[in-house]
Amino acid sequence: MTATTAREDVAVPARKTGFRTLVGNLARDPWAVAAATTIVVFVLAAILADAITAITGVDPYTYNQHLLDGRGQPIGWGGGISATHWFGVEPLTGRDLFAIVVYGARTSLFIGISATLLAVLIGTVVGITSGYFGGWYDRITSRAVDVMFGFPTLVFLIALMAIIPADLPRPPFIALVIGVFGWPGISRIVRGQTLALRERNFVVASKAMGARSWRIVLGQVLPNVGATIVVVASVIIPGMIAAEAALSFLGVGVTPPTPSWGRTIGEAILWVRTSPMYLIFPGAALFLITLAFNVFGDSLRDALDPRTARR
Amino acid sequence: MRDEGRAETVLTVSRLRIAFATQNASAGPPAPAVDDVSFALGRGRVLALVGESGSGKSATAMSILGLLPPSAEVSGSVRLEEEELLTASAARWRRVRGGRIGTIFQEPMSAFTPAYRIGWQIAEAIRAHHPRMSRADVRARTRELLGSVGLRDPDRVGRSFPHELSGGQLQRAMIAMAISCEPVALIADEPTTALDVTVQAGILELLRSLRATRGTAILLITHDMGVVADLADDVVVMRQGAVVETGPVDRIFAAPEADYTRELLASVPRLSTLRTAPVVPRAEAVVDADGLAAEVRDAVIAYGGRGLRGGVTAVSGVSFRIPRGRTFGLVGESGSGKSTLGRAFAGLLPLRAGTIEVDGIDLATASGSSMRAMRRSLGYVFQDPASSINPRSLVGDAITEPLRLHTRQSAGERRARAAELLDAVRLPAATIDRFPHELSGGQRQRVAIARAIALRPTLLIADEPTSALDVSVQARVLELLAELQRELGFACLFISHDLAVVKELADEVAVMRLGEIVEQGASETVLSAPEHDYTRRLLAAAPVADPAAQHERRRQWLALGAEAPETAA
Amino acid sequence: MRLLRYLSFRLLGILVVLLVIAVITFAIFYLLPSDPARLACGRPCTEANLERVRQYMGVDQPWFVQLGAFLAGIVAGREFGTTVSVHCDAPCFGYSFLRNQSVTELIGERFPATASIAIGAAILFLLLGVIGGLIAALRRNTIVDRGIMTFSIAGVSTPVYLAGILAILLFGFTLRWLPTSGYVALDDDPLQWLSHLILPWVSVAFVSAAVYARLTRSEMLEVMGLDYIRTARAKGLAERRVIGKHGLRTALLPVVTVFGLDLGVLLGGAVITEKVFAIPGMGALLIEAVSAVDVQLIVGLTLFAAFLVVTLNLVIDLVYGFLDPRVRVS
Repeated sequence: MTATTAREDVAVPARKTGFRTLVGNLARDPWAVAAATTIVVFVLAAILADAITAITGVDPYTYNQHLLDGRGQPIGWGGGISATHWFGVEPLTGRDLFAIVVYGARTSLFIGISATLLAVLIGTVVGITSGYFGGWYDRITSRAVDVMFGFPTLVFLIALMAIIPADLPRPPFIALVIGVFGWPGISRIVRGQTLALRERNFVVASKAMGARSWRIVLGQVLPNVGATIVVVASVIIPGMIAAEAALSFLGVGVTPPTPSWGRTIGEAILWVRTSPMYLIFPGAALFLITLAFNVFGDSLRDALDPRTARR
Repeated sequence: MRDEGRAETVLTVSRLRIAFATQNASAGPPAPAVDDVSFALGRGRVLALVGESGSGKSATAMSILGLLPPSAEVSGSVRLEEEELLTASAARWRRVRGGRIGTIFQEPMSAFTPAYRIGWQIAEAIRAHHPRMSRADVRARTRELLGSVGLRDPDRVGRSFPHELSGGQLQRAMIAMAISCEPVALIADEPTTALDVTVQAGILELLRSLRATRGTAILLITHDMGVVADLADDVVVMRQGAVVETGPVDRIFAAPEADYTRELLASVPRLSTLRTAPVVPRAEAVVDADGLAAEVRDAVIAYGGRGLRGGVTAVSGVSFRIPRGRTFGLVGESGSGKSTLGRAFAGLLPLRAGTIEVDGIDLATASGSSMRAMRRSLGYVFQDPASSINPRSLVGDAITEPLRLHTRQSAGERRARAAELLDAVRLPAATIDRFPHELSGGQRQRVAIARAIALRPTLLIADEPTSALDVSVQARVLELLAELQRELGFACLFISHDLAVVKELADEVAVMRLGEIVEQGASETVLSAPEHDYTRRLLAAAPVADPAAQHERRRQWLALGAEAPETAA
Repeated sequence: MRLLRYLSFRLLGILVVLLVIAVITFAIFYLLPSDPARLACGRPCTEANLERVRQYMGVDQPWFVQLGAFLAGIVAGREFGTTVSVHCDAPCFGYSFLRNQSVTELIGERFPATASIAIGAAILFLLLGVIGGLIAALRRNTIVDRGIMTFSIAGVSTPVYLAGILAILLFGFTLRWLPTSGYVALDDDPLQWLSHLILPWVSVAFVSAAVYARLTRSEMLEVMGLDYIRTARAKGLAERRVIGKHGLRTALLPVVTVFGLDLGVLLGGAVITEKVFAIPGMGALLIEAVSAVDVQLIVGLTLFAAFLVVTLNLVIDLVYGFLDPRVRVS
């Protein structure tokens, strides 16, 4: 009956895919680019630690007593900075601080990323299934999440680290423990989203068409919480890195001689008046990577969430 | 009554232009959202700003209140009783808002601050403009206001928090707040869009009496031509930010000058004149079991509770049959149980008692494989186009989801079928590789229809498929549904709150209220000569897009004693 | 009446949660291969001696029997040993044989220091964070907003010990304004108490306020776009009132929730802060217990910390109900 107007509801706009737009948006955000660059540099440093330290032939384990004075202080400016020892050396032992920081990145990122993966995996599985299936299963898992929130996690972790057998390999164990304690928050977020999605028409439609539950969970729900999971993961990584550093700082995390920023910072407190560089290098490394992940996570959230993106 | 056009002008808007600054400056100066809009509102008159979404009618209203976001550039002139507002100071504008101009918003449920009691919020509005009024006077005034807007128990409403009241009650309280300082003008921004028709009729009646008793001028913003016909004296038709046509309401409806106005009016589905005398019902056509697409017998559906008792009964004792190839309309207001019943047809909700058969398969006793067969023969189209397609899947994949679930077709075959289906719903072939958010609401609804007919269903369930769409888009989607039905011969269970829409499509109609069917029969009969009181009230409350006919309808509605302010759920 | 029923229901819930935490904690710490008896038995540690110590401590029993004795001890107090017995008054959270003190007593000694850090810092970071976030939200996209947000993302990315060390370096060593370590009880010398706590407060607040500023800002931005804010403006309220009475009220709800969790965790032991500033609080006690593998003390401290978190959660829920009538019933 109405042929006069141009059928504006039939004109199809140009194609733009989600992922390419996302990368484009991020590339235009200078903060995101800087953060991503920092992360890439740290990751490369962690992976190529052997090759990098091989340039000057240093490693984080060799003692260099000849670089120290009688009181154990590094000789020379900035804690013994030289062509061989870029960040100077450690007081008391004379180990190369650059190597310690580079290998420390390996420890930090390994624990941070694997703990995040574990937490995200558990949190997503529990969150999606409890949100989608509901019922007694949901009630039990929700109570479990409540209990986990009631757990004084740091206190508990410290206590736990004290009594685990000494022959367990520390870094994977720390990743495991931090990860296992890190999932409730993610689970809560994912569950909330799933609850909302479950009522959305396309999910109901899928059910009405006869799709099985696992198919709906994987095909309809998961892709729609994917963005949230990515953002949450990027926000959680720095927390996980910080948790490892905190444990090591307190002396219950990664054990010597495995390099760890947190432990080095903890040791550096004692030397802070005489050798401030000993604190500054690992401290700056820890601060920078945490900052980079936080900034990148923020940009990612802004780029993915249409409400905040329209600034 | 309508020739008081010389009434003193209260509000004059002239050459109003609004543009929203955008982030990317490269795109040049921003296109105006409102361009060169002028109109004048007289004392005791109702001026309707009419338009579809994107017409700029709400932006125009907000600019009068100075409530546009800071990114908006406004030029032109807005004069309230000879005072220029666009150049007024912030303090002056604050005195105008709530003091000289009252405002009523669309969503009463979200328009009150959830943390405070209604009475407190109204008192706050009074105190903002009368800081010296005593506490007792403010309280008395609040009470008086709540009483004056037709609320039965003003004290209780005053003490309530927003979430404890119904939409109709809240909208009345909102009106009480808007008139708390005796404003000369009211801005009513889609005041009844979120409400049921019977509640809407009451609110419109209240606005009409305010104009009559207080001489308040009303600027009515709406997309609903029926509401315009009911309330307005003058009409400004807007489209894409510009005024298309201005004139007195009778002339606009009787002899629209602009093409767009004509088209808009033509798109509005119509109800015939209401006859209150019952006609002799035709003998019901006997349909044998083979000719049935679906049948429901004594269905009872309840939410919550365990086992066979407890919970809230959403549907009780409902029975009807849908013959093959015919459309059955299910009508009712919110909370009537019509959508619940629709979901039960799709096997999404269990019945507590009774049976539903689709294509000869009893849903309650069906085995897994016959349940799958039933789902093959069923299509479902939902109300909200924004959520009916998975935002993360391409249109082509969304349409062929039923094929993936129920057939072994290859990806190539499915793609070919998707192209066919898009063609069937009159969408260009390129749509196949688009994401849903790249499409308009009407296009998305077409995609949803394509998906629903992918397996050539016996029964299509359409749950308010057009109520979120603009009226011109609605008309085309309904047209498409009817065409497809003729081509493919499916039966259709059409669920809607809009009587006129149902009347356009349905052969038979059932009217639901509080979980029960109050009346059913041939749609021609039920929707023009109803027997049941409720159907009559419902029909009388539905405004039609014709001032003269609506005037008559309103008279009938008042005669039915339909003013029941707090019956809304 | 309804509140009373709600409260008793919630208290029951807390008990259940604590019980579950107790069981988990107990199971883990007693099943792991560490032997508290061996550590306590002294030298020379003969087999016979060891067995006696085990019996004395009750660790010769299976873990669930120990758990039962532990739980009973909380309610009714507990006796260790038969001949030379040690009494532990109710509520008994265990007994440190290494220190010859009940865990309850130890907590009583150490809690004031931790509470001083936690409460002072919490007030400081809540105020700073909320005000900062509010200003940032209201001055959105201005230089003020950018400044506050840059500052707070730096705060979020700084570990509290790093902030503490930097504060010590700057205010303690370089400027020599404030003492850098130790704790003086409030009763002994309020001025000294204050001067010893300022640096811990500031470093904790710098890190945590950042979280609150970000949260407040994003909530505020969201709330200020809601319909009822438009209503409040349309009825002619001054912007200050729109923000204060209508906006902030809702925006603060999630802030309150996070605050409850944070305060609970802090009260349970500001482990890191206490280490950096050498304050003898519960966190320091935990570290001491850990290095001495004093299992009874470790378990007691963990449970006490859990108790604090869960209790504060209840308080926060009540406050939440007060702020938002929608959740009051149900």
